[in-house]
Amino acid sequence: MERMPRWADVILIPLISLLLAAIISGLVIVAIGEDPFKALNLMVKGALGSSYGWGYTLYYATNFMFTGLAVAVAFHARLFNIGGEGQAMLGGLGVALVCLYLPWPHWSLALIGASLGAALFGAAWAFLPAILQAKRGSHIVITTIMFNFIAAAFLNYLLVGALKPRGAMDPTSARFPAETNLPSLHDILLPLGINFSRAAPANVSFLVAVLACVLVWMLIWRTRLGYEIRAFGHSEPAALYAGISPTKITVTAMMISGALAGMMAINNVMGEAERLVLNATEGAGFIGIAVALMGRSHPFGVFLAAILFGFLYQGGAELALWTSIPRELIIVIQALVILFTGALDNMVRMPLERIFMAIRRRRA
Amino acid sequence: MDLMTVLQVLDSSVRLATPLLLACLAGLFSERAGILDIGLEGKMLAAAFFSAAIAAVTGSVWIGLAAGIAASVALSLLHGLASITFRGNQLISGVAINFLAAGLTVLIAQTWFQQGGRTPALLSSGRFSPLTLPGAEALRDVPVLGPIYYELISGHSILVYVAFACVPLTWWVLYRTRFGLRLRAVGENPEAVDTAGISVVRLRFAAVIICGVLCGLAGAHLATALQAGFVQDMTAGRGYIALAALIFAKWRPWYALYATLLFGFLQAIALRNQRLDLGVITLPAQFMDALPYILTVVILAGFIGKAVPPRAGGQPYVKER
Repeated sequence: MERMPRWADVILIPLISLLLAAIISGLVIVAIGEDPFKALNLMVKGALGSSYGWGYTLYYATNFMFTGLAVAVAFHARLFNIGGEGQAMLGGLGVALVCLYLPWPHWSLALIGASLGAALFGAAWAFLPAILQAKRGSHIVITTIMFNFIAAAFLNYLLVGALKPRGAMDPTSARFPAETNLPSLHDILLPLGINFSRAAPANVSFLVAVLACVLVWMLIWRTRLGYEIRAFGHSEPAALYAGISPTKITVTAMMISGALAGMMAINNVMGEAERLVLNATEGAGFIGIAVALMGRSHPFGVFLAAILFGFLYQGGAELALWTSIPRELIIVIQALVILFTGALDNMVRMPLERIFMAIRRRRA
Repeated sequence: MDLMTVLQVLDSSVRLATPLLLACLAGLFSERAGILDIGLEGKMLAAAFFSAAIAAVTGSVWIGLAAGIAASVALSLLHGLASITFRGNQLISGVAINFLAAGLTVLIAQTWFQQGGRTPALLSSGRFSPLTLPGAEALRDVPVLGPIYYELISGHSILVYVAFACVPLTWWVLYRTRFGLRLRAVGENPEAVDTAGISVVRLRFAAVIICGVLCGLAGAHLATALQAGFVQDMTAGRGYIALAALIFAKWRPWYALYATLLFGFLQAIALRNQRLDLGVITLPAQFMDALPYILTVVILAGFIGKAVPPRAGGQPYVKER
């Protein structure tokens, strides 16, 4: 018997968890001597009050959609992929190689090429942890953490060496050719008569991210592979009994996850920086964990949670600009969201279940 | 390379291995009791900040140390609340703790000191100064043994000696006391411990608190002995290296010492030489940075003996009714 109605599980619990995280964040703001309501007002105005603010919010949200989907797909197979950060870094390398060393006549073709490059490199970086988990039983959480550090060292090595143009001082790659520069939301919306901010970095890869949400939904709930991934996630022995190969599912799910994390690079590397810089991911791989937990691993939930975190990131930047609240407040909020929606889930769930059971008993 | 150079590298290996060793033993207590802990990094960071901040304000390194340990234990209790009391996912809780520490330390540092997320540089009374062991000065001129005693063994801060003393202590507690036996049992088979009438929850909380204390020592060593003050993200992945060392050591105390000394040695070499010239090939500095992680993956893959974690690790215990 279901202990509580589905809507409570899907909507009520995340909302209560979010509210708890918000209350504690508010207390943190009070503790450092600022007014939380004024801060919230400033965040809303800065992130959603102008098309410039929206441009940044959607730019961040695009990153988080990709990394959130990456964590969510792995969650469905009951695999915890902490390696999104490293996979996104390698995705950046894939984008850089495609953009720098292949000739592209038009941005649309370059976008397809770069997406493939990013996905391929991200998936490849997830492959080794996946195969080690499946074949040798190495804990995937530990190996993916290790692969984040290895990826950082590897990119550092390339950016001060092979990828750095001769004579340059900064550890960055050469600028990508102009044909590969993606149109921003300003360029896309102008023909429609909407004058979107020119300065904001949101670009066409936002639409790719939305498309990725739809495709992941179809994959998980409308395909045979998605069914196998969910079955494996629910019960490994049952999946095995049904003839589903654990190795195949572990490796496929992780490679899809890595590919999604890697594809973040078409936004931050190709769309915004237009070259590969050191630490291009800026922790977006880890925010994917919060986004997936918040969105209950459902692509639509991930979409909403990514927008929420995009808002927090842009709003947090505005706060740091106008008040004495440092940017790191966002990391605290992110930690609280992970804590309440992930680790302390039962703290909200157990009392609620008791309430719903009591109501049901009274009705019966 | 002459004897002095070798000694200097080994000396800095010992210094760099100390926080790794303390954090590794911290993880050992927690994971042997069945509580996975990827929050070592966050606890060390919180302890580093609070020990430096309180030492800077009070001018006493000992009050600073106590504050660091208190902060680390507080995060441990949060981990315990999430993973023992509410039976949540231990890995997710660890991730949350790492971010919480990374954000809060800078936030508080900025509010208290307004120095860009760092604490003021600590003066001598706010730091653990090197101890000169008895006879070190007198024996200094004895060939070979004198320099070894003077450079390598003497002249570290007290926390270094505490860390090394913790190794036999941990071994003794785990393998020679009743508490240790129960602790190991609760990580392998909590049902059996429960059947014997011993509280699984209490044992696991005890383990998590010990873990917090040791992480507190590790963080305090970073901020008040190795360096003079806290800077943003100063643990720089040491918590994860300690986790790697724990697997490398297959969750055993003496091997934890060897593993952390090895990783400390790698860090010391990476710090001293930008690249390592092996004659045949030259290894870049980035490779040296990545080596502990690469080694861990190799170990985890089971190519150098299989690492078998405690059996009940990561699973919340649900008492039967």
